[in-house]
Amino acid sequence: MSKGEIARHIQPEEKKIISSSGIDISEDMRSATFLQKDSSVVFSRSLSDDVEIMNIHDALKELPDIKNYYGQAFKSLNRDYPLDTEGGYFIRVKKGKTVELPIQACLFLKSQGFQQKVHNIIVVEEGARVYLITGCSASEAAHEGFHLGISEFFVKKDAYLNFTMIHSWREDVSVKPMSISLVEEGASFISNYISLRPVKEITMYPTTVLNGSDARARYNSLILSHPDSFHDIGSRVILKGRNTQAEIIARSVSLGGRVINRGHIKAENKDVTGHLECRGLILSEQGIIHAIPEMETNYRDVNLSHEAAIGKISKDEIEYLCSRGFTAEEAQSIIVRGFMDVDILGLPDMLRQEIDKLENDMLKGSF
Amino acid sequence: MLEVNGLSVEVEGKLILDNIHFSIKKGEAAVLFGPNGSGKSTLIKTIMGFAGYEVTKGDIIFKGKKINDFSTEQRVKLGLGIMYQHPPAIRGVKLSQIARVLSKNEKDIRLMSERLALTGHLDRDINLGFSGGEMKRSELFQVILQNPDFLLLDEPESGVDLENIGIMGKVLSDYLRDAAKSALMITHTGYILEYVKAKNSCVMIEGKLWCVGNPKEMFESIRKYGYDKCKECVCPRVK
Ligand SMILES: Nc1ncnc2c1ncn2[C@@H]1O[C@H](COP(=O)(O)OP(=O)(O)OP(=O)(O)O)[C@@H](O)[C@H]1O
Ligand SMILES: [Mg+2]
Repeated sequence: MSKGEIARHIQPEEKKIISSSGIDISEDMRSATFLQKDSSVVFSRSLSDDVEIMNIHDALKELPDIKNYYGQAFKSLNRDYPLDTEGGYFIRVKKGKTVELPIQACLFLKSQGFQQKVHNIIVVEEGARVYLITGCSASEAAHEGFHLGISEFFVKKDAYLNFTMIHSWREDVSVKPMSISLVEEGASFISNYISLRPVKEITMYPTTVLNGSDARARYNSLILSHPDSFHDIGSRVILKGRNTQAEIIARSVSLGGRVINRGHIKAENKDVTGHLECRGLILSEQGIIHAIPEMETNYRDVNLSHEAAIGKISKDEIEYLCSRGFTAEEAQSIIVRGFMDVDILGLPDMLRQEIDKLENDMLKGSF
Repeated sequence: MLEVNGLSVEVEGKLILDNIHFSIKKGEAAVLFGPNGSGKSTLIKTIMGFAGYEVTKGDIIFKGKKINDFSTEQRVKLGLGIMYQHPPAIRGVKLSQIARVLSKNEKDIRLMSERLALTGHLDRDINLGFSGGEMKRSELFQVILQNPDFLLLDEPESGVDLENIGIMGKVLSDYLRDAAKSALMITHTGYILEYVKAKNSCVMIEGKLWCVGNPKEMFESIRKYGYDKCKECVCPRVK
């Protein structure tokens, strides 16, 4: 098996935008790759014996136990989901296996006005550990495109899933991810969301249910909102198991766009802990950031807290950097760059550096 | 090197500094004493050109140039450097990141961070969760790397333990040994006087400068008699 085969399915003019969503076209640093353009799955291959990756439609035909997963996360919360999907991935990591290199999945909008609707399933078997990067992007031609992504995550007992979703859309694309994660005893689910390019509208409110005791969930998001963009982004964690923990950390910068940052932590058992942190910076008169943190409990023995701060860049911080010789413009970009610190994402070193570089490239000249 | 002539400063429409005169020559260090709220930090911030400190009268002349209208960044380029009394924390901005802009020499950065016991702080967000003493060391670290000709030190040793005052004092005295470097420092404790040879000192009370004299003698007198005594020695045009 030769690495980099995915490159054959990517046009030269698509490389830059696809790479900007965290996809490694060389595949050097990835253990498995999935690529879907519009409705067709054009590439799907695992380079690791411990990772299964395939078109969801093949999984539905070939895997006897797929019925335990497909639609089941939604069913567990009595939620409906669209059935008219075309494509999406099925990814499974074998029991007890630690996959060192991340798995990557690329969902690409290619043609004008296309409505991409995918259904993804991710199963991390007992005790397995894995990083998954999903990169979503759109071609120059994909005006007025639409993307709907349904994702169901099953993080089994003592497993660890670190899921990083990078959105790199364009100014007239609308997006609606829907996702539910079920996390079993002792397992951890970390979800990172990064959106730094213009987009028309993104609406999402992923939910994680910590079913097993001692399970953990963490949602981190970094959002840069351009003029005329609208982000309605939330994260919800239901603490069902005993001694479960949730943390939601949101950072948004508005360059003139509108951001609604929702967060909801619900305690349904004793001895649970949850913390919400939402910080927003508004760099333009037109920008709007609306933080809506919610916490809910019927129990006394819980520890839920939240912290929200929204405003302009602090004058003192700019002045401080100016007193070290930076211009006011340099100071502002250093502060914003620091605010969007990838360190909050809890990534391993290699991936952290990769995303840091990606962010540097994308933020260059943005403000 | 630095000359302040008849300087009056308002903050939010309130007169804070009233007709301040002084000058500090190249290679000299001077000390500023004065009770809380008397305007010492205001003087330093005005010299740095910070927003909100409005010069209503007088001139600030640095290296022969009137810098009243210079931006902070221009003043820094000209050779001013400040050690903050209360520096702000900046999330996600690492101390090392700033250090690397202040000095291109990795070895200098490493040696100075070792001297000031800050190696463990280089990868931390600047000032975020730093203890009082750590903040002061980080301020000194940055301003030394910046290598300005004129140091404005706003209570460099406040809140610093005696051992660290020794370390910081040594770093400062080494720096100021260079005949081209000058400094103006504010102190309440006087500890820094053990390390830095200052020629003159004066006292600020209610936005005015009083008295001029030998720093150690003046400090002893303030300790014995308090600031009120300083007012007896009227010297409103300190030169
Ligand atoms: N930005 C500001 N807004 C409002 N008042 C201010 C501002 N800066 C200074 N002042 C006021 O000006 C006066 C002088 O303050 P300054 O900080 O210069 O005192 P200081 O001599 O440095 O005191 P300390 O020894 O406590 O540090 C104080 O009454 C202070 O409240
Ligand atoms: Mg002060």
